[in-house]
Formats: sequence, C-alpha cells, structure tokens
Amino acid sequence: MTETTNSYNMPDERGHFGPYGGLFIAETLIPAVEELEAAYKKYMVDAEFLAELDKDLQHYVGRPSPLYHAERWSRELGGAQIYLKREDLNHTGAHKINNTIGQILLAKRMGKTRIIAETGAGQHGVATATVCARLGLECVVYMGAVDVARQIQNVYRMELLGARVVSVTSGSKTLKDALNEAIRDWVTNVDNTFYIIGTAAGPAPYPAMVRDFQSIIGREAKQQCLTQAGKLPDVLIACIGGGSNAIGLFHPFIDDADVKMIGVEAAGDGIESGRHSAPLCAGRPGVLHGNRTYLMADDDGEIIATHSISAGLDYPGVGPEHSWLKDIGRAQYVSITDKEALEGFYALTRMEGIIPALESSHALAYAMKLAPTMQSDEILIVNLSGRGDKDMQTIANHEGVQI
Amino acid sequence: MSRLATKFAEFKQSGHKALIPFITAGDPNPEFTVPMMHAMVEAGADIIELGVPFSDPMADGPVIQRASERALEHKMSLRRTLEIVSEFRTNNQTTPVVLMGYANPVEAMGYESFALAAKNAGVDGVLTVDLPPEEAEECAALLNSYNIDQIFLLAPNSSTNRIKKMDSVGSGFLYYVSVKGITGAGNLDTSDVQRKLIDIRANTQLPVGIGFGIKDAETAKIIAGLGDAVVVGSALISKIEANLTAPEVAKQDIIELLKSMRFAMDNQD
Repeated sequence: MTETTNSYNMPDERGHFGPYGGLFIAETLIPAVEELEAAYKKYMVDAEFLAELDKDLQHYVGRPSPLYHAERWSRELGGAQIYLKREDLNHTGAHKINNTIGQILLAKRMGKTRIIAETGAGQHGVATATVCARLGLECVVYMGAVDVARQIQNVYRMELLGARVVSVTSGSKTLKDALNEAIRDWVTNVDNTFYIIGTAAGPAPYPAMVRDFQSIIGREAKQQCLTQAGKLPDVLIACIGGGSNAIGLFHPFIDDADVKMIGVEAAGDGIESGRHSAPLCAGRPGVLHGNRTYLMADDDGEIIATHSISAGLDYPGVGPEHSWLKDIGRAQYVSITDKEALEGFYALTRMEGIIPALESSHALAYAMKLAPTMQSDEILIVNLSGRGDKDMQTIANHEGVQI
Repeated sequence: MSRLATKFAEFKQSGHKALIPFITAGDPNPEFTVPMMHAMVEAGADIIELGVPFSDPMADGPVIQRASERALEHKMSLRRTLEIVSEFRTNNQTTPVVLMGYANPVEAMGYESFALAAKNAGVDGVLTVDLPPEEAEECAALLNSYNIDQIFLLAPNSSTNRIKKMDSVGSGFLYYVSVKGITGAGNLDTSDVQRKLIDIRANTQLPVGIGFGIKDAETAKIIAGLGDAVVVGSALISKIEANLTAPEVAKQDIIELLKSMRFAMDNQD
C-alpha cells in the first residue's frame, strides 16, 4: 500500500483556498500581481533572500519574540496555563513588521521605488513607514479619516518616519475605504509602485505570502512551547481583523490535529446589535478587495458599515484562508464585544504588567472565558499581537479621563 | 448572435463608430435614469452602459464614486438596476444595454439567478470590473448561454498574450481602458492609445471600445478614429453632479455634450 499524507497544502496554484481567495481585480493590476507572484515564488526558496530576511528579523525586529508563561494570571483564572506569544515586543510594537520586512525585501529586488500601504489602527502603516525609512523609499499610507482621529499618535509616528499619510474621507472612512484608495493609487502608479498589504487578504499571492511571512510566529511558538513545557499546546487563540497574526500563529500547527485553533472576531456592541466586525461569525461569502471570503454585506451585496472599539479589527472582510479553515472545521471562530475586550485589557495590565493592544485584548478576553474550563496541565497560547501604547487615548476617553 | 455582435457587425459595414454613454443607475434619483437613457439614444448613443452602484467602487474616480453613493442613498441595487433595464425595454428593443459593476452584488444574487434575470430584463452585456478571465469562467458561460456577452477589459500594460487570451474568452466587444488609472482620470494620451491599438488589432477581430478619460468632442473624435466605440462616463456624470437640484438642466447638458461628440465622431477629417 502506498503511504498517503494528509498534510495541509493550500492554496492551489491559482491562489484558491477551496472557493475562497483567488484573483478578483481589475485588468490593469494583472501584470502587477503576476510580477509579484513570480518574485514571491523565486525568492521564497532563494537562500540569499531568506538569509537576509532572517538577519533582519533577528537584529532589526528583535526576534525571536518570547513565549511568556503568565503564571499569575493563569493561577487567578484557575485553569489552563496561559502562555503569551509576545509579538508586542517586536520593533514598532506589533506583529505587522514580520510582514513588512519581508515585502520590502521583495520590493527592493523587484526594483520598485515607491511603496504604498493601507492601515487601520496605524500599526501596519507604522511598520511600513519604518522599513521604507530604513531603505530610503518613498512611502504613502492610506488611512480612513475616522481612524486618523482615533489613532493620531500613529499618524504622527508615520510622518516622523517620512511617510505621507493620506486621510481617506470616502465611504465609512475606515480601513476598507483606505484599502479602496490604496488600490486606486496602485492602478494609477502600477509601474513603479509596490503595494504592501498589511493582512493575509487581497488578490493572490498576498494571502499566502503574508501568511508565509507571519508564520514565523507559529514556528517559534511551537519550538518554544516544546522547550518550555515539553509538549504542544492544547489551544491557540488569536484576534482576527484581516487575520494575519492569527494565520501566522495557526499555520504551522494546522497538521497537528490535537491543537485547537480559535480566532476571535470583534463583536463591537454585540452581534445582535448589528454593530460589529465579525464576518466569520455573522457574515456571508462574497467578493471584496481582490478575494472571495466571508464578508459583512447586505442582501444586495453592498458592504455593511462595521464597528469595533479597535481600529485594527474594524474591517468587513477577513483573510480567505480563515474562511476555508472555518468551512472545513479546522479552526473555530468566536467573537468578543468591546466591553469584554476592555475587561481583557485591564486584566492583563493589572495581573501581568503588560498593556496589550485593544485588538489583542479580544483574544485575551476569550482566553479569560476559556481558561477556567480547562485543566491546569493544559496549555493555552494567546497571540499578544501588539502593545497598547497606541490605545491610551481610546482608553482615557472611555474612562472619561483627560490626558 | 447577440444584440451587441449584430450591432457592431452593422457598424463595421457602414463605417459607423459607436458612442457609448455611461451613467450610474439611480443617480441622482431612480426616476431620472430611464428618461435619460431614451434621451441619450435620441442624442446619438448607440449602446448604453449602465453603472450598477456598489459601496466600494475600487476602479472608479471620485465622480463615479459619488454617483454610486447618491444612488445607494436611494436604495438602488442590482435588482433595481435590472428593473430599470426592463422599463427601458418597453419602449426600446434595439439599443444594446451593458451593465458595468463589481462582483459582489452579482455574487450575492448568485450567478445563475443573475444571468436569468439579466436576460429577462433585456441586458446585452455585462462588464464586471473585478472579474478577470481567471475568475469569470462560470459567470461568462451562464451569461453566454442566454446570449449575453461578458465584456472583458484590456489595459495599457496588457501583454500580447493577455490580448490573445481576451480574444478567446471575450465576446461582444473588448473594452480598452485607455489610461493606467481610475475612471475620470486626467492623463489620457491619445498617441499612447494609437500605439497600443496596433498590438490589439493584430491579435483580435473583436470590436474595441475605448474609455477612461474621454471628456470632450475633440478627444471623442480622435478616439473614434482609433477604436470601434467611444465610452464616456465621468464627463456626463459631472453634469449631474453640477446640477443636483436641477436634474432637467443636467439632462440637457448631457444631451448637448453627447450631440457634440456624435457630430465630431461622424465628421472625421
């Protein structure tokens, strides 16, 4: 009998994860994604490229990021042992730089001189502006006007780094509109411009490429967990906006069938209120921003306005691989409200002296619910995807405090 | 043969160049659209392109974005756009109508339901901006089975191989996007278009419509000398936007612009 392997091997050669993913873009962008696809395929197996990437990840980003056993918080919750994958300790304060450092190296090899990006919370914008400053490349970041207002410190950081931040006033003035505007720029300046998409979504090859750059999170976590605890984790938890930090943690564990994977979407004011950003929990499949995936859309296919306390999760779509993992049942997707996320935020801050980003606080809040239902010898890894410095204004406003 | 193919075959015989105005269904209000379509035919339009409003029109410039927003405020949708086509068809059975829009409203309706509804409404062609041949197979086959053409785009950076691909998958006509950019772009260079058309003509017998950035009669005349059809959109919608409180004035301005384009296109030097 021939031995068969069941190892996970997505996407297919056309960028499809089952019915999801694909290449839903205007004709002018086809040559650009074909060029990118060729470069991605070539360099992801190129020893020199990978060595440069590893070197930058170690000495510039500060990898590996620690896997920290939150002993006090685990004891307090009285269940599973909670470990935090400390992506908040990366240079620029979030997981986003794992991807921008990779894409900028590709852009450099492709001879592109101008970089554009979209950003929600501003973390991806900052991570893009950072790598552009380092290589002396022109950088334009599109950001919804609503997000500019609530993440003003990140706007200032991007400008200090030499980027031009364009405030987008069309549509709902949040992340989806920033993406629309970035795509319009890309179509117009396609010859010299490289679009660094910040999440594992968009036309092929972006979902797989961003996942590959972010998978360093899961590869490290797996090794660290084996070293520290002597076994694989039982559960992985990560927040989901577009889902890049989650897919980065999940992907290296997909073939480990005993490891449960849970993605946490933003329930905003509550799923039943309609004011949320939870397409996997309460949306339907459709096409937006270059890929087919779960979306928040009405019966006519118009995209619905989203809501979340965290700008980074305030997006009506999600990376297509999560749609696939949901449909095949390999990952589970849940949601956490603004109010619950704040409880997660305060808990970690007070219990462990770590101020998490509001995005990551969604994952922490779900861990607070799940950990007490688990045994004390079970291991739960939460991806602490970013630090909370950028959210001080939002938290202060919430508390009615002037800072 | 589809209504579009028949028309273009006639035009080829007579040397006539098609004028294709684009307006967004339901802009500035739903009642405006059908009378405007009839008036455009009167003014010399050969084919009408009707924009299906979408919340996130990624390939459109500000003018058509705002047209979409105005239409959506009136709850315009793909279904209601099809109703508009049906209504237009009660008094006009000969002018081809092409829908131009984005994939998600079609996905929401379902390809099969959409193809059938489009046929019943009297639609002749469907141009879905974010549905390139890589993803269009299922939708195009269903539309073709009802004698509706799926219209594909070509761009200034499309390779010769790409043109050949469009020739094999496309029908009705190919739409050449004359600038790298979004609708209403201001950087149209007609000599670039002329150069690109040599490559396109060498690789397809399909009629070629040219659009993006054509704003006046003079440009329409030059473009008509290069392609088989001239598409004008943002320049018309700008008239609507300039007269939001007086749609009848907008209608007159649109008629005048189209007439001037028609005259210029028909009187090549």
